[in-house]
Amino acid sequence: MNNVIEAPTIEYGTLAPLLLVFAAAVVGVLVEAFAPRYLRRSIQVPLTLLSLVGAFALVLVTVVGGGVPTEPVAMGALAVDGPALFIWGVILVLSIVCVLLINDEGHFVASAASVPGSADEEEAERAGSAHTEVYPLALFAVGGMLMFPAANDLLTMFVGLEVMSLPLYLLCGLARRRRLLSQEASLKYFLLGAFSSAFFLYGIAMLYGYAGTVSLAGIGQAMTTGAALDPLLLIGFALAGVGLLFKIGAAPFQAWKPDVYQGAPTPITALMASGTLVAAVGALLRVFWVALGNLDWNWRPVIWVIAALTMIVGAVLAITQTDIKRMLAYSSIAHAGFLLVGVMATYSAAEGNAVSLQAILFYLLVYGITTVGAFAVVTLVRDPGGEANHLSRWAGLGKRSPILAGVFAFFLLAFAGIPLTSGFFGKYAVFTAALGSASEAGDSLGGWMTGLVVVGVIASAIAAFFYVRVIVLMFFSEPAADGPAIAIPSAGTVAVIAVSLLVTVGVGLYPEPVLDLAQQAASGLFVR
Amino acid sequence: MSSLWLPILMAVPVLGAIVVALLPKGSDKLAKQVTLLVSLVVLALTLVMAFQFTGAPGDRFKFAATYDWIPSFGVHFGVGVDGIALVLIALSAVLVPIVVLASWHDASGVKAADGTVVAPKRSVKTYFSLLLVLEAMMIGVFAATDIFLFYVFFEAMLIPMYFMIGSYGGAQRSYAAVKFLLYSLFGGLLMLVAVIGLYVVAGKGTFMFPELVGAIQDPVTQKWLFAGFFIAFAIKAPLWPVHTWLPDAAAQAPAGAAVLLVGVLDKVGTYGMLRFCLELFPDAAKAFTMPIIVLAVISIIYGAIVAIGQTDMKRLIAYTSISHFGFIVMGVFAMSQVAQEGAALYMVNHGFATGALFLAAGFLIARRGSPHIADYGGAQKVTPLLAGFFLVAGLAGLSLPGLSSFVSEFMVMIGTYSSPAFGSGALTVAAIVSALAVILAAVYILWMVQRTLNGPTAEPVKAFKDLNAREVWVLAPLVALIIGFGFFPKPLLDVITPAVTSTLSNVQVDNPAIAEKGAGQ
Repeated sequence: MNNVIEAPTIEYGTLAPLLLVFAAAVVGVLVEAFAPRYLRRSIQVPLTLLSLVGAFALVLVTVVGGGVPTEPVAMGALAVDGPALFIWGVILVLSIVCVLLINDEGHFVASAASVPGSADEEEAERAGSAHTEVYPLALFAVGGMLMFPAANDLLTMFVGLEVMSLPLYLLCGLARRRRLLSQEASLKYFLLGAFSSAFFLYGIAMLYGYAGTVSLAGIGQAMTTGAALDPLLLIGFALAGVGLLFKIGAAPFQAWKPDVYQGAPTPITALMASGTLVAAVGALLRVFWVALGNLDWNWRPVIWVIAALTMIVGAVLAITQTDIKRMLAYSSIAHAGFLLVGVMATYSAAEGNAVSLQAILFYLLVYGITTVGAFAVVTLVRDPGGEANHLSRWAGLGKRSPILAGVFAFFLLAFAGIPLTSGFFGKYAVFTAALGSASEAGDSLGGWMTGLVVVGVIASAIAAFFYVRVIVLMFFSEPAADGPAIAIPSAGTVAVIAVSLLVTVGVGLYPEPVLDLAQQAASGLFVR
Repeated sequence: MSSLWLPILMAVPVLGAIVVALLPKGSDKLAKQVTLLVSLVVLALTLVMAFQFTGAPGDRFKFAATYDWIPSFGVHFGVGVDGIALVLIALSAVLVPIVVLASWHDASGVKAADGTVVAPKRSVKTYFSLLLVLEAMMIGVFAATDIFLFYVFFEAMLIPMYFMIGSYGGAQRSYAAVKFLLYSLFGGLLMLVAVIGLYVVAGKGTFMFPELVGAIQDPVTQKWLFAGFFIAFAIKAPLWPVHTWLPDAAAQAPAGAAVLLVGVLDKVGTYGMLRFCLELFPDAAKAFTMPIIVLAVISIIYGAIVAIGQTDMKRLIAYTSISHFGFIVMGVFAMSQVAQEGAALYMVNHGFATGALFLAAGFLIARRGSPHIADYGGAQKVTPLLAGFFLVAGLAGLSLPGLSSFVSEFMVMIGTYSSPAFGSGALTVAAIVSALAVILAAVYILWMVQRTLNGPTAEPVKAFKDLNAREVWVLAPLVALIIGFGFFPKPLLDVITPAVTSTLSNVQVDNPAIAEKGAGQ
């Protein structure tokens, strides 16, 4: 017996982006504790932005320096491979953009603890106090988002999931206007999120019982030798799957999305709709492709049903929505379904899988950017009582402010996947990957994959209807007499919209550079 | 060797659209003049290019240019024209300046003689820049030799048309615009699946059309992919029973936009059948010929009968077009040289004839503010010039001998009647049944003419002014073309013939069954 405990090796260089974000979050908390109130904001904003930009720069350094690790790091706890680095880059860009939105005045409550409409609240508002805790909370959430898809064992993944989710539960309840709705959203998200976390944790336990390890590669390994139809494995896979599918908002686990997206402050909605979705899809891919890769004849039929259901439910229910944020939430559900089509496009050969992965990574990037842009526009259309989210209030916006309405219409066309927008190529890439796997000899689903693509196409057509409906409202309807005012956008919001628009247009015209980047990231697949 | 002709033809209207969109506020007149100038430049360039075109053997696609666009997907910016594409591009280039002139006041608020608002005032700049964007896409969609590029234009061109109908159309405009967009989008998405399927199954790693001809051999795969393309084109064309969007869209669109919608955009459907459905999937095309011919004949007769019952001029013209598209589809799928040449020629002639008819009707409507036939009567006495043009355009619509549509309709019918493709005589029957439409056409056109132009002059019509110089300039060139090509269609046929020959050879090379049956007759 050797009593010396070996110190774990930690690859600090590789993990630097993650560590930087967490460190900045901790510093942010200290600032909240010690800096005087009037200084906090002017410290927090640069701190948050700089740390995120710095983390993004570190990701670039790793990629450009050719130091993409081919082995898991931190004693096998994290896998900073090509896809993970790509996802990190996407999440960091999206979160920088979202922080610019968060920084805009007037989204967050002055004192979350006071009863809505009470004297306390009025006083806090008069005093001009604001919750600058928002910034460290957002940083923690972003840190969790980085950790979640890079986790190489299920426990780390669970920690990442919780670090990501807990701050978001809180942030959802901080909306300044319509506070009861916001608090309701927060509570709903917390309860359902906790429930799904429990599922995930239970699944982990089952998988551990089956494989004797929580490492993803270890579970995959155990399947090559162990019984494939072990109840522990099947139950574990099902429960862990529920936890992950809940996070991306796949049907039938989508119920939280519209309520939460509607109630949360819009910048936080943007962060959830883009960053959380990207992170969760990354984690889902890792679990299903690495750990359960050998079980694919088991999970693919299940995911087939879920993907089809998600696309249809998202598209159909969006039609009945009258609130712009709820509509975008259902749109996000439909897009999660399209992404699941990509997740299912698995091949027997690694090159084929790399193509599917490239498609998914590309989709995540372009969808995330367009989403943030769309929510940024939503923040600008305001009534005296806050954002004008009811669709009827958007009538005639095209006449009142043609540029803003035009930009929003373009984002909607991108969501609908009209050619010459980035969204078209995302959808195209995913469908191509799926049809490619359908035509592969010996594919376990074969023609069913073609069927799924057809379902996807029908869902796209249905989805086009409600995107187009908003365009009709904005451009072809007469403006309401007391229509909403368009807030003068702050420089940050302008920058957010401009960047989103540029990417959506640019990638729509010439997607090759981004596709190349995604292809390089995907070529090595996930490290095991 | 890359030719810059087609990229330049597409770039000029795009640049023009940007310039028009960026003009300062209040320069509406300048916007119209710039648009007219740009469209005339495009027309001049197209004509110069067309005169350099020869049907000489060698490369099938002339003025070809291919650039890598998205190497990861095997997508090229590939353009080039054969005779069929060339005449359709020329058709677009001719119609656009005419439409610009015709729509001169459409966006600035049209009022009828009695003060009824025909069209409220809207952004003039937006209308004309959309028009130029649409022109670039119309040229692109016919010039594309890369199937992915074709798809991109096929879908993207819906958007400017959608806004032109939705923002500038009549009372039901937003309903019509959404219906138009959703029908086309749905067809387009089915085609997208087929496009991807073609790419994946062919396994060539490219979307270039010439390389994909003959790439799919399996008959079952061919049938599925054919169906994906065909449904999209049938909606676009439109063929019965997926035609219902067209009367709404055409009736609600401003007259100029309706001309481009029916005259050019719908031709993309019939062009796509001829170019892609036949050549890429010859076996499937052969297998599906009979059902498609039946659909075409139903369209021909149904469109004509329903047209007779219309009370709205623009809806009437839209239904006549459904009948005419039936002829074109029948000609395409009759699989004989004469019928296909007739179909290709019909696409052009229908553009001129229906264009003239829509515009003349539009001028009439602009004077009265109502599209209802019953609101007119005796216009001939008050506005002899307008009535004359209207009559000639109408006669072209019923294919009077001596006018251009007669040549093409006759070719389609004779080519179908004597097509060697099927020994069963079914095509002969189809040709005979479709000939009934000639009689029906006389009914719907002459009855409309009689109710609007002849008879006692209705009270509001008495206040009408005859065509002004601008309006004469709109209609005169079209009528000249209709009469000119009616007597002398040779220039068009000269460029179409070799293209049809190579289309048919592509279909038959992979399909000895047709050749055998043909020889056996």
